[in-house]
Amino acid sequence: MILQVSSLCTYYGQSQALFNVNLTIEAGQVAALLGRNGMGKTTTIHSIMGIRTASTGSIQYQGAEISKLASFSIAKLGLGLVPEGRQIFPNLTVRENLVATASNRLGKTNPWTMERVLTMFPSLASRISSMGNLLSGGEQQMLAIGRALMTNPNLLILDDATEGLAPLVRQDIWNALQELKEEGMSILIVDKNLNDLITLADTMTVIEKGVTVWSGDTGTFTREGWVQEKYLSI
Amino acid sequence: MRWFSIVLLLILAIVPPVAFITGHAFWMDLFTRLVVLAIAAVALNLILGYGGLVSFGHAAYLGLGAYAVGIPVYHATYGGFDSIASYNGFVHLGIAIAVSAVYALVTGAISLRTRGVNFIMITMAFGQMIFYAIVSLETYGGDDGLTIDVRSEFPGINLDNPLALYGLCYGSLVLVLYLVYRISNSRFGLTLQGARSNEERMRAIGVDCYRYRLTAYVISGVICGYAGFLLGNFTTFISPEMMDWTRSGEIMFMVILGGATYLCGPVIGALVFILLEHLLSEITVYWHLPFGLLLIASVLFLRGGLAGALSNPPWFRKDRSSALASDTSTAASGTATKAPTRADDDV
Repeated sequence: MILQVSSLCTYYGQSQALFNVNLTIEAGQVAALLGRNGMGKTTTIHSIMGIRTASTGSIQYQGAEISKLASFSIAKLGLGLVPEGRQIFPNLTVRENLVATASNRLGKTNPWTMERVLTMFPSLASRISSMGNLLSGGEQQMLAIGRALMTNPNLLILDDATEGLAPLVRQDIWNALQELKEEGMSILIVDKNLNDLITLADTMTVIEKGVTVWSGDTGTFTREGWVQEKYLSI
Repeated sequence: MRWFSIVLLLILAIVPPVAFITGHAFWMDLFTRLVVLAIAAVALNLILGYGGLVSFGHAAYLGLGAYAVGIPVYHATYGGFDSIASYNGFVHLGIAIAVSAVYALVTGAISLRTRGVNFIMITMAFGQMIFYAIVSLETYGGDDGLTIDVRSEFPGINLDNPLALYGLCYGSLVLVLYLVYRISNSRFGLTLQGARSNEERMRAIGVDCYRYRLTAYVISGVICGYAGFLLGNFTTFISPEMMDWTRSGEIMFMVILGGATYLCGPVIGALVFILLEHLLSEITVYWHLPFGLLLIASVLFLRGGLAGALSNPPWFRKDRSSALASDTSTAASGTATKAPTRADDDV
């Protein structure tokens, strides 16, 4: 098990956002976190990454408690975040975005390099000297994934992985994630495209109003249609 | 911008020595002061332009560097404090760098735990603290200041010769520009610039932004302290006035006027600032008024300062509205997004 979140509660000031989130990700698996807007998916990810400190509950990464660590310490342990809205550095070029924070702290034998990232996302190669704020949404998302991969994480976390992207670009992203899965990368993903998630993910976790209401493997999720109807339909 | 920077550095290399040789010593003095302040402005730009840290206390480093010359010379001349009494330039330089580094480390370690207006105020408070500490030191002239009887002595260089002193200052400026260029294009510098645009994101990638900023702050302080060492040797008179917060404001204005995030921006800012100050004061005794109005106009209308206007002239802009949207003039807020030009384009 690479990540285990148990009874997670998180507040924004006096306002409680997460009440009881439970989530488990096995090494090498892809886990999807589902829920309607405002149910706490991003807060869960922010809590895991230490961007928003968890009030109570436990977040264990490879058996070690990380819920009270600073976000940069958590990232150094091998968690790579592709945040909602991409958040690439607008004042750096594509190349600079990739190399500025590149590292192989875990000493991986076949680390991610700029060449590997550009092979995975060829459209970035032609924009290598462009400033981050001059990229299209799809290119920014590719860059955000590439930047996270360049830190050579054990667990890649994607928040709204394909939000606002054109269908063709979206497909490129799903193909890249499939490729990463086949390479054995552990992934936690939040996205609204359920059909693509069902194709990619091994397990599903559904949260409703800050509480985990369902979790299980993807096969069971697709068979139990009531879960989608009750917790995900609009 | 690259060619303009090269031309600017060539002008600075040629004009003052020629003016001196042809008997116009005043211009040599003016340009020496200009080059020294340009070094201080380039140092400030490292944290302001690249790091988004608006320090309002950088004049303290100028004073510390200058007193690192004045105090050893004072004791070498009048006795006492044998451990530092010296005319040796290397001793002065060593003290200037060491004191600036320690001061920057201590004040930076505290100041960098704050942000925005609080950071501005705390750096100004530290600067004023040093200002009043020096005022209280009557041994070294207190408020009246201290005359440096002998300039720093280096083997093979006589700093009493204005040409040699200018050569040292100019060479230092070129070296400092090269150093800042290398820093800003290193992974350290890129991380610093990334943290300026999105600190939270940078932390989530595994970067402890505080350590990066502190390192940049210390480097900036040391360079500024070195500028103070040169300033002390140039003026041969030092007083707490050179560490006043208004002097910090002047250095900051040179950076913003010239163009923060542009390598040569602070040099252009220092050049225009000093020349305008001189030319307007020739015209009227009330020169502060037109000077202030010109500076306000430059901030309001020059996108990215003078360097920004030179690298992307308003009459060449294809899309004026988008250009304005990506204005860099909010660099001082620390949250600026940058125009589609690079800081290192001017190298």
